[in-house]
Amino acid sequence: MTEDYKKVVDGAREAFDNGTTLPLEFRVHQLKRLKAMYSDHSQVFMDALHSDLNKPDMEAALFEVSACINDIDYILNRITSWTTPEKVSSVIPLDKSLIYREPYGVTLVMGAWNYPMQLTMTPVHGAMAAGNTVIIKPSEVSPATASALAKLVPQYLDQTCYPVVCGGVTETTELLKERFDYIFYTGSTTVGKIVREAANKHLTPTTLELGGKSPCYVDTSVNLDKAARRILWGKMINLGQTCIAPDYVLCPREVREPLVSAMKEVLLEWFGPEPKTSPDLGRIVATRHVDRLAKYLDSGRAVVGGGYNREEKWVEPTILVDVKEDSKIMQEEIFGPILPILTVDNHTQAIDLIRAKERPLALYIFSVNKDIQDTFLRRVQCGGVCINDTIFHISNNKLPFGGVGWSGMGGYHGKFTFDTFSHLKSVLSRSYNPILEKITCMRFPPYTEKKKKVMMGSVADKGDGPGVLHYLALTTQHLVSMSAGALLLYLSLHYTDTVV
Amino acid sequence: MTVQFRTHETETPRLMKRRHGMGCLRFMSPELYLTYCTLNNQVFGFLGCTVAPPPPPLVPSPGSPIPVSVPSAVEVGGRHSFWDCWKLMTENMSEFEQVVNKAREAFRSGRTLNIEFRKKQLKALQCMYNENEDAICAALAKDLRKPRQESILLELNLLRDDLRYMLARIDDWVKPEKIKTNLVTMFDSPVIYHDPYGVVLVMGAWNYPLQLPLLPVSGAIAAGNVVIIKPSEISPATAQLLADIVPKYLDNDCYKVVCGGVAETTELLKQHFDYIFYTGSPQVGKIVREAANKHLTPTTLELGGKSPLYIDDTVNFDLAVRRIIWGKCINVGQTCIAPDYVLCTRQVQDKFVEKAKEILKEWYGDDPKASPDLCRIISDKHFQRISEYLKDGTVAVGGVVDREERYISPTILVDVSPKSKVMTDEIFGPILPIVNVDSAYDAINFITERDPPLCAYLFTTDSKVRESFVKDVLTGSMCVNDCVVQLGLHDLPFGGIGTSGMGAYHGRASYDTFTHRKSCLIRNYNKVAEQIGKMRFPPYNEKNTKLLSKMLREINFPSLKYISYVLAFGLGVASVLVVQEIIKAAGSDDD
Repeated sequence: MTEDYKKVVDGAREAFDNGTTLPLEFRVHQLKRLKAMYSDHSQVFMDALHSDLNKPDMEAALFEVSACINDIDYILNRITSWTTPEKVSSVIPLDKSLIYREPYGVTLVMGAWNYPMQLTMTPVHGAMAAGNTVIIKPSEVSPATASALAKLVPQYLDQTCYPVVCGGVTETTELLKERFDYIFYTGSTTVGKIVREAANKHLTPTTLELGGKSPCYVDTSVNLDKAARRILWGKMINLGQTCIAPDYVLCPREVREPLVSAMKEVLLEWFGPEPKTSPDLGRIVATRHVDRLAKYLDSGRAVVGGGYNREEKWVEPTILVDVKEDSKIMQEEIFGPILPILTVDNHTQAIDLIRAKERPLALYIFSVNKDIQDTFLRRVQCGGVCINDTIFHISNNKLPFGGVGWSGMGGYHGKFTFDTFSHLKSVLSRSYNPILEKITCMRFPPYTEKKKKVMMGSVADKGDGPGVLHYLALTTQHLVSMSAGALLLYLSLHYTDTVV
Repeated sequence: MTVQFRTHETETPRLMKRRHGMGCLRFMSPELYLTYCTLNNQVFGFLGCTVAPPPPPLVPSPGSPIPVSVPSAVEVGGRHSFWDCWKLMTENMSEFEQVVNKAREAFRSGRTLNIEFRKKQLKALQCMYNENEDAICAALAKDLRKPRQESILLELNLLRDDLRYMLARIDDWVKPEKIKTNLVTMFDSPVIYHDPYGVVLVMGAWNYPLQLPLLPVSGAIAAGNVVIIKPSEISPATAQLLADIVPKYLDNDCYKVVCGGVAETTELLKQHFDYIFYTGSPQVGKIVREAANKHLTPTTLELGGKSPLYIDDTVNFDLAVRRIIWGKCINVGQTCIAPDYVLCTRQVQDKFVEKAKEILKEWYGDDPKASPDLCRIISDKHFQRISEYLKDGTVAVGGVVDREERYISPTILVDVSPKSKVMTDEIFGPILPIVNVDSAYDAINFITERDPPLCAYLFTTDSKVRESFVKDVLTGSMCVNDCVVQLGLHDLPFGGIGTSGMGAYHGRASYDTFTHRKSCLIRNYNKVAEQIGKMRFPPYNEKNTKLLSKMLREINFPSLKYISYVLAFGLGVASVLVVQEIIKAAGSDDD
């Protein structure tokens, strides 16, 4: 097995060293092929997702297949401008200062099982766009999707540059012994540490997308029916197995009762009296996780749900109240359809409670009070924030997505994925112009007091804004196009006049 | 008598002397809660020291009047006097733990979130550089015998320019970024907030003992972090100077200098930091990152490597060789971005050596050792290491050593085997080996076969060679037709790749390094938006799936960049029409 991985990684490295992935046309072509794969086989992927997690078609379409296609479209529309070297200002005229975005080399992308397509493939798109070769490692916990990827990707993409490898813990350990130039890992904090430690052997930079307990604060100022819908939607998609799902709710005492009854109604409306039969709820990925979740049910009083079935990998959507802060459910990331509701006196106490824990991946605030929103934004450090909704902040490709502290390091999505997989190579290019040499030769020995004084004469920095010349050029350009318009009409009128 | 209650305060004990009150101090690591009350600015009594937060009975609603005799009514863990508690805490804490805890408390107080505070600190740093110029130059001279011009040009000026650059732009940088919204969230406002990480550790290197620890610090301050600065112990005079002067200028709680050698650094790295910035060698870099991994702390590593230099025969030799020799001889080669070795053809080598001899004589005279413009090697260990390299080739220029003074003269080695030690280790001294290659193509191959360097230098006026070099050589940064000066541009991020490091800094990049970008989407309860938003809710149906997929689809709108030109064109057309009309009208009047 070791031999295999070595061969795969060496092959990818050779392809990179030969410059296969450097031409922009190659990258664009491969990304288009990948897009074709998603569209041609969308049903195959939806079936695989159904088999792994009983994922409803709407969730599979929106969060996985369409998300991947949209991501590629987003990249393809912008890749030319991203890969163009960026010009920056120089201190000495005639010097050229440029920033090139270079691929790292051989990258490893390790996906998670909860969104087995999106979390594996969106980083891959960025890595491909940046010109890296990518070893794709889907999670073994979602075997159907992993094998669908392993089967289909080689049919569409260059097999040496973008191989898919599958395997469990032992295989992954072996794989991580190879040398990579960048590792992108999505998963748990514990494994994240192991991955980064393995990466450290070769000083490989890593992006870690981990989880955490994402808190949700609800206060009296909001429409509780709408708030309940938005929270429960975020909690129940993929049956709570979403890294940015609201993990627990904090609310003032007087909000708890109306919120719970609103939630009860919403759950009944969505999933009926027998939620297990609803086609719109997923299943827990493995019995191991059902056992873990079952243990949390003792941590409080279940006002809704509370049932589970080990054989069917089913845990009922559950709302727990009277949960103690030091109970087990409040120490670990829940990653299931159990929503504990804790009461606090006010938002300051909620902030204290959140700050006493590790920094979460997401924070949700349901309040229309600007002051309270601002206090949360200022005082709580977390990956991202969504105010008055859940999950939605990741729908915008222009917002970087990533954790801080125990919820991860490094951000991605859209351009940020491309940047993650690009090294910024600064290039300064000078000439041998004799006049400029008069200034720059001041730095050479023998050092004298006069030279030092000349070098000291730098002026105060005024900031970056465009200079007068910029506006002058802009005005001239507009004047030229205006007179072009005038001239054209004048000539045409003149011409027609003479003809007439 | 009424007493105000407050709980969960995060203050240091000396701030406890409020007029009347009661409170609970929380100490991190080991986590202890100390409950106390004060009366007339005096600590009146200690209610206890517990390992868990005081139970709810202790926390009446704020402002409710209660009698001073409260201590007897409170039931918390074991009862100790204040000094018992204090001793218990401090005995369990190492010196560094206390330093880091104090810094963390300062961060939690939120002081560094204030932009004016940050600016004030940056300006204080500016003052520090201006007022201590002589002391700084003296310390650098003591550590490395650094000439004053090098101290000012490559350490102080770089720092001062960087501060000026930051102060001119910080107001723009810290503003939350407003982002364009997409179709599904068109009624909402997406914003990116810039959060500081928290407690940052900056570890400097000894070769530029002022610039390397302090340049990242300004970025960390600008981003709102609290910073613990650890100068290298190998340059003791500068380290001591920093420990002396920094507290006089910067806020003492938020910015702290700690000194120490390997043992102390190991102890320091056990603490929990939120970001670590390390400049130094790859070996230590690995150790730092491994220690950081315990707390999942992100790290920037600025390491070294063998920076290659290729020169061909199309250049102005006088200027080119001057620039190369300067880059190699500043700080006698102890510069992480100094050109490490030269690649060129045999013919170029002869010209190069000839010219180098001339220039070295012009700059440093017949006896370079007597020149005040050459530094010395930092330590005996490094002297020993570097003088070994002289055996790896034929000395074409220089080759003089003096153990007493730790002096090595600027040396050029020829006939060097690519496998010898001088070509496998980072040299970090004034020895410049020349390896012969046949062409630029060979040189590129030679470079790409090895670990990616921190910098690559190219001296040519042939644009084809330049293009293929820039395209094919994977390196931290690159400078064409000069050395080292790319460092002086704030707009160019500076950092390595692979074994030469990870992450970048300088100018805006420094600020970004120490900033976590917190994405935030602010939604509302707008009725129209809800019509779109509620399509996502269960029960799911085919129609909603299709509609939402359509709305989320990426559309490439035509760029509106040239719209103003089209309008100007139209305006021109319109103006002619108007003029014509006027002329016509005037004409008809005449009639």
